[in-house]
Amino acid sequence: MSVLLDVKNLRTHFHTHRGLVKAVDGVSFHINEKEIVGLVGESGCGKSVSMLSVMQLIAIPPGKIVSGSAMFDGHDLLKYKPKGDEMRAIRGAKIAMIFQEPMTSLNPVLTIARQVTETLELHLKMDTQTARKRAVELLKLVGIPEAESRLDNYPHQFSGGMRQRVMIAIALSCNPKILIADEPTTAVDVTTQAQLLELMQEMVNRFNTSLVIVTHNLGVVARYADRIYVMYAGRIVESGLSEDIFLRPLHPYTIGLLKSVPQLGQTKSDRELVPISGLPPNLIDMPQNCAFLPRCSYHKERCRLEPWPELHAVGAQHYVSCYVDTRETS
Amino acid sequence: MTAYIIRRLLLGVIILLLVTLLVFLAMRLLPGDPLMIFVSQFQTESFTPEQIEELRREFGLDRSLPMQYINWLGDILRGDMGKSIIMGQDVGYLISTRLPVTVYFGVMSFVVSAFLGVIFGVICALRRGKWLDSVVTVLANIGITVPAFWIGILLMYLFSLTLHWLPTSGYVAPTENLAQSLRAAIMPVICLSLFSVAALTRQTRSAMLEVVSQDYIRTAWAKGLRERVIVLRHTIKNAMIPVITILGLQVGLIFGGSVLIETVFNIPGMGRLLANSLFSHDYQIVQAGTLVIAVVVVLSNLIVDISYGWFDPRIRYG
Ligand SMILES: Nc1ncnc2c1ncn2[C@@H]1O[C@H](COP(=O)(O)OP(=O)(O)OP(=O)(O)O)[C@@H](O)[C@H]1O
Ligand SMILES: [Mg+2]
Repeated sequence: MSVLLDVKNLRTHFHTHRGLVKAVDGVSFHINEKEIVGLVGESGCGKSVSMLSVMQLIAIPPGKIVSGSAMFDGHDLLKYKPKGDEMRAIRGAKIAMIFQEPMTSLNPVLTIARQVTETLELHLKMDTQTARKRAVELLKLVGIPEAESRLDNYPHQFSGGMRQRVMIAIALSCNPKILIADEPTTAVDVTTQAQLLELMQEMVNRFNTSLVIVTHNLGVVARYADRIYVMYAGRIVESGLSEDIFLRPLHPYTIGLLKSVPQLGQTKSDRELVPISGLPPNLIDMPQNCAFLPRCSYHKERCRLEPWPELHAVGAQHYVSCYVDTRETS
Repeated sequence: MTAYIIRRLLLGVIILLLVTLLVFLAMRLLPGDPLMIFVSQFQTESFTPEQIEELRREFGLDRSLPMQYINWLGDILRGDMGKSIIMGQDVGYLISTRLPVTVYFGVMSFVVSAFLGVIFGVICALRRGKWLDSVVTVLANIGITVPAFWIGILLMYLFSLTLHWLPTSGYVAPTENLAQSLRAAIMPVICLSLFSVAALTRQTRSAMLEVVSQDYIRTAWAKGLRERVIVLRHTIKNAMIPVITILGLQVGLIFGGSVLIETVFNIPGMGRLLANSLFSHDYQIVQAGTLVIAVVVVLSNLIVDISYGWFDPRIRYG
């Protein structure tokens, strides 16, 4: 299995009037060929910013990618100019993105046809007629009924779920190597959510694309992801294969997350759901030591005194950043 | 759509009736008697009270106010705008010679405003926070606050009296000599469009900045599109939606401005005709003139409202 995208030590900070927000602070992750990777964490922990940084889609200012590298196809994406030709040749063609708001992610004044064909014309150099034909095929593929007649509709004539299907069609139009889906199903109902995820899984299999699912829904990740990164306050605190994370979680935050959602095959009476106490930290003026410390029930003296621990290997592909061996404590 | 237009036209008729009624009443409430002004023009002849009463009857001013209004309205509906009390000429004829002049300047000013306002606004938004943006924004704020006639006098002093580049005033018909006509139009058009350019620049700038932060623009960037395509295809059309509203208001403002500017630049248009007639209490001209302007404003607003649909497919006329 070869590595497609290798991100190392990514730091993205925002200069706000309230202070410096270290939204992403030393994140490393990689995406292998044809795998589905989950990135989980509470709202505001820096999941979107991590992904947007790789694509250089962060607004500068207030944002700034302070350090890091993102190796893709032998090149560091972060060395490219954000608006330059090299970066644009990656976006939408090699790495595509789907965003969390289907209602607002499509341009309200342009037809669906225009929005699907523009990537085809740009990256695959198709002429208008070929691009239109291909657009119809793509829309059929993602399950839009009567695709031909709906091609010249506007986004407001589509439901939220349908718009997200259009977004998926656009994202897959140029056969990208990686598809990043940033909470693709947060804004739709549960049934639509399941349909969209099934569709994405089917599509990435068909197109041999790797998929990154960014979400705070552990259930979604459990069902689809091969590998998982758990993020907290701008850092990865644990990563591993799905079974590592779900069966042998080690970081207190991961353990807390798992306790706060129902597990597969569990009924409510089996076990009480416990939300993690406390709130995620303010990313301005973060302390040197572990950011999860104030909410952690496992913490030891060492956690208070020493800086936030680095990730260390605890299994073949299992990494955790914690001083405490939570297996002993429980 | 057709139903919508018909409904809007009916509404327009009601607005026009209200405008004429208001103007009619306002004219009668102004202190001063048009006949006295008329009579005072003639130093040599003196009029006997009987002759004045005779004139009053001739212009129908001896009747009650409601009767006067109804008679006037009836005449208008029959296409008769009456006779000027002071000038003695047919009002319809007077307006037909003056209106084209005002429309000539008005259309030029409107086009210049729309064009420059949108372009300046887009450039400011794209160069947000840079020196160009700051300079244009300051100028736009000045343009909104400074009185146009004052700018007119300044320009006249600078370009005509001092530098002798442009004629101080006057009007040359474009059919007569196009180059001369445009040269004479430069300063009046600057004055007429100053406020509109400023207002449209500010509105376009803020609308562009609003659109630029929308999710669908982030989607456009994520597709790898060129910045030029993102601005021209994805941003401007969305940003135009709020700008159209402001654009619609400019028609009325430019017509209103022509009253002052035509006086300053001595242009024989509707604006100056109205201003003079207002001073001499020439009821017929003021009433018919404001009606004509109101018709133009109502119709142009309707056109603006219909053009929304072209920019925003979500709009349903119903
Ligand atoms: N443009 C910005 N200006 C200032 N701060 C920002 C900006 N964008 C993101 N941030 C900050 O960066 C942090 C991480 O944001 P991010 O959107 O990555 O969170 P997230 O994990 O994706 O959360 P969610 O699950 O809600 O999408 C947040 O604390 C946010 O306040
Ligand atoms: Mg997010």
